[in-house]
Amino acid sequence: MKLTLNGADVEVEAHPMKRLLDVLREECQLTGTKEGCGEGECGACTVLVDGEPVCACLVPWAQVEGAEVTTIEGLGDAHPLQQAFMDEVGAQCGICTPGMILAAIALGPNPPLEKIKAGLTGNLCRCTGYEAIYRAIQSVRSASPRVASRASRRVTSDAHPPSGGYPARVTGQSSSGE
Amino acid sequence: MRTAIGELRLLRPKTWRDALGMLHDDPHLVPLAGCTDLYVALNFGTLTAGGSRFLDLWPLAPLRRITMTSDGLTIGALATYTDIIKSRHVRKALPMLVEAARQIGGPQIQNRGTIGGNIANASPAGDTLPVLAAADAIVILRSAAAERRVPFNKFYTGYRTTVRRPDELIVSVEIPPQRGTQWFRKVGTRAAQAISKIVIAGVRDDPPRIAIGSVAPTVVRVPRTEAALAAGSIDDAVKMLAEEIKPIDDVRSTADYRRTVTLNLLRRFWADTASA
Repeated sequence: MKLTLNGADVEVEAHPMKRLLDVLREECQLTGTKEGCGEGECGACTVLVDGEPVCACLVPWAQVEGAEVTTIEGLGDAHPLQQAFMDEVGAQCGICTPGMILAAIALGPNPPLEKIKAGLTGNLCRCTGYEAIYRAIQSVRSASPRVASRASRRVTSDAHPPSGGYPARVTGQSSSGE
Repeated sequence: MRTAIGELRLLRPKTWRDALGMLHDDPHLVPLAGCTDLYVALNFGTLTAGGSRFLDLWPLAPLRRITMTSDGLTIGALATYTDIIKSRHVRKALPMLVEAARQIGGPQIQNRGTIGGNIANASPAGDTLPVLAAADAIVILRSAAAERRVPFNKFYTGYRTTVRRPDELIVSVEIPPQRGTQWFRKVGTRAAQAISKIVIAGVRDDPPRIAIGSVAPTVVRVPRTEAALAAGSIDDAVKMLAEEIKPIDDVRSTADYRRTVTLNLLRRFWADTASA
């Protein structure tokens, strides 16, 4: 089955009803996407499908055919939100962090605090109390809005992938030997 | 323990007519779309309770449209909660549905969960269901042979059971033009990611219409309460409502709590919509 995974066209074979979460972690060996509750409550497994956050534990593999899927690996290590989460200690145990960052990216550039709070209602964090996470997302806005804006467009635009694609370093593996 | 998926089959029709043909040939097929309920069952290991062969409706874009005419609003069964929140037609014609959609899960669930799934899943706690009941919606069912229009308030036959035949799909829901002020409240454990303890929708028309979820085996309209409101007495209406609902104790709440809060919500509805 063909799809675009972290900017690269890939072909991956898996049972059509296997959870997107399991195909990412097992077939694609992209273990940055975490399993929390396994029932759509916690958002730890959040990935972007065509720019929209979804719980990868609730998506059958067949339903991402032809779609553009972005996982935390698709950001490389250089995304300003990743640095901001480190700087503001927005991550403690780290299980919620990949999902938090992808949900935050889906909000687009410079989201106001209320939009951040609403946009992260589907992501539970049991360590930080959320304040550090909100600070991290806001700090990207205040520190370097142009970088934030560029980075946000990079992964939320499903119609126009960036020229040169995503950082090529981490795109995972597929059964087709992509 | 998660459901083993090895034996499961997923059929993937290209068009909704193909889907109806597949259902005609194999009425044991279980339709799926956003999977926000169905895959919770998969994760709990109970997915095969409904069958082991599934029909993937998710890619059938024509069933996702939201349109408005002078006859009212038509919402395709595959419209997601996000589609509903963003739709200017729904915002204009049925703002209480936008309010309900906003309070379902979080963005991840709103991006996948569909209104047709909420109807078909037939949970007494489904958040869009009181809205559809209060709005006197019509459910459009299609089989390979025919179309059937069922008033939403006759769609449920009991706890988690509906009039939908196995060879039928819910293709859309129609909402007639609404007069009066619309009102919606959901009471859960927290603001997001919560299943309702009580969910209520009301339309302050003449006569007023009230529908409530999580207080009976199905979502219910409360005709005697509505009649009392139409007569102008909120105190009589509250007494009627206490008789008309049958809440239970369960994992999410108690019958006492549900009864007390539901009666308070009726007073709130009457006060909030008074000036309109």
